[in-house]
Amino acid sequence: MVLLGLFIAYPFIRGLLLSVTDTRVGVEGPFVGLQNFERLVSDPIFHLVVWNTCWYTFVTTIFKLGLGLWLALLLNRSFRFKAFTRAFILLPFIIPTVLSTFAWKWMFDPTFSVLNWILYKLGLISSAVNWLGDPELAMFSIIVVNIWRGVPFFAISLLAGLQTISPDLNEAAAIDGAPPLKRFWYITWPLLLPVTMVVVLFSVIQTFADFQIVYVLTGGGPANATHLFSTYAYQLGVGTGLLSQGAAVSLAMFPILMLIVVGQLLYIRRVEVR
Amino acid sequence: MIEGAAWRRWVFFRIPLAGFLIFLLFPFYWMIITTFRPDSELYRPWRAANYAPFWTWEPTLTHVKYLFNETVFTTWLWNTMFIASASTIISLICGVFAGYALSRLNFRFAGSLGSAIFITYLVPQTLLFIPLSEIIRAYKLGDTPWSLILTYPTFLIPFCTWLMMGYFKAIPKELEECARIDGASRWKAMIYIVLPVAVPGILSAGIFAFTLSWNEFIYALVFLSSPEQKTVPVGVVSELIRGDVFFWGPLMAGALLGSIPVAIAYSFFVEHYVSGLTGSVKG
Repeated sequence: MVLLGLFIAYPFIRGLLLSVTDTRVGVEGPFVGLQNFERLVSDPIFHLVVWNTCWYTFVTTIFKLGLGLWLALLLNRSFRFKAFTRAFILLPFIIPTVLSTFAWKWMFDPTFSVLNWILYKLGLISSAVNWLGDPELAMFSIIVVNIWRGVPFFAISLLAGLQTISPDLNEAAAIDGAPPLKRFWYITWPLLLPVTMVVVLFSVIQTFADFQIVYVLTGGGPANATHLFSTYAYQLGVGTGLLSQGAAVSLAMFPILMLIVVGQLLYIRRVEVR
Repeated sequence: MIEGAAWRRWVFFRIPLAGFLIFLLFPFYWMIITTFRPDSELYRPWRAANYAPFWTWEPTLTHVKYLFNETVFTTWLWNTMFIASASTIISLICGVFAGYALSRLNFRFAGSLGSAIFITYLVPQTLLFIPLSEIIRAYKLGDTPWSLILTYPTFLIPFCTWLMMGYFKAIPKELEECARIDGASRWKAMIYIVLPVAVPGILSAGIFAFTLSWNEFIYALVFLSSPEQKTVPVGVVSELIRGDVFFWGPLMAGALLGSIPVAIAYSFFVEHYVSGLTGSVKG
């Protein structure tokens, strides 16, 4: 226990200390107070990073929740090969993200893209789409990959939640003549809400601190358009060796995450009390 | 089952489900097909008339051979296996004991310690990688497997503890109390009575921890530097891209072969994995 506290708390404090000095790789820096953070406040790239991360988290979470819930509802029926299907659906979540993201990168490749081919054959585009080269499309691409990776997690967790809801309730409502949409809205959704909130909480944290997808697909580019906290911290801290500034960037994540977590925990508590 | 006509079943069930399956599995299909495709077909622009994306008539093992002969892929596999197993075992042992202590022993701060565990479990790895890399360097652990074996438990132990806490709470106390009345010490009661009952929970935690550490990327990327020490994800990223040149064939082969061990481990324990996953989000 003590060991664990040591392992999390010590790096955290160390990170705090690091962020108030001017350390570079191999050079212990002098104490500079909050300068690193002040620099961040006036750093236009950092502003972009904050915006990107929030937008990325917001959009992916909405889609992951929607699609995951849909998939969970589909899987909640009994059909042949159900166990089999469920096992396959989890694959994107199991396979090392870096490796599967490479498959996506290859699919997004401007010259050899299979996606372009499909869209072209379907008549949706007439010229090559440069998925990762255009700032807006690059953001779109990483969002798609993140959704792809996250949907199974949502689906399987929500499915577990769905299975705890007694089918009697739905049947009773069906007998009373409630249409499926109403049954979902007044019975399934409220009963599922506690599970949903926890799953969303987990996903938000993971997405907010996401690194692998962006690192592999775009490395933060083009022109920093897809930088998130973690990739920017990596670029500063490891790429250019400005350890302190990198540490400051990744620590800047903490208060925002804290706000989200506390807010959601309070909400969960309220939901559970009700 | 859905009530009503056959077309309803198609529209509301089969087509959406098939759509999801295609969306979720297509990248893997693409990975496999790329692995076995000769370069001449691989580097054919999508505009070319004979671009045939979904099948290849000349499957080849060139890329796989390249992977094994020109890179130290087997070493990476071995490293990853070693690191993932070692850190999983360490975290499991700590997690089981800590989980047991937190759920059964009534000592002061047990509740707040439990919440503390939950909070640390939520701390993302990307928050701490820079200070951790400093610490690793200070203790001269950089570029050794130990740098990862000792840091992975920082996120695995809270996870295992949390999962095991939930699991132990579900085991009736009476079971243990019977053993205590029959004269077993608390230690013996735990080893002989509680642990055997908790085996499924331990398996879930273990398989989940194993895949987590197999997939971990940022620590491995930052802490390891020489090719012989790397894990599969890092090795594939750093050794198969030289400058701006992507060796797509071997890359995909590496991705495929690096995924297979986890996929196999997972396929044996799907049920445990799923219960680990769902257990991990239960508050």
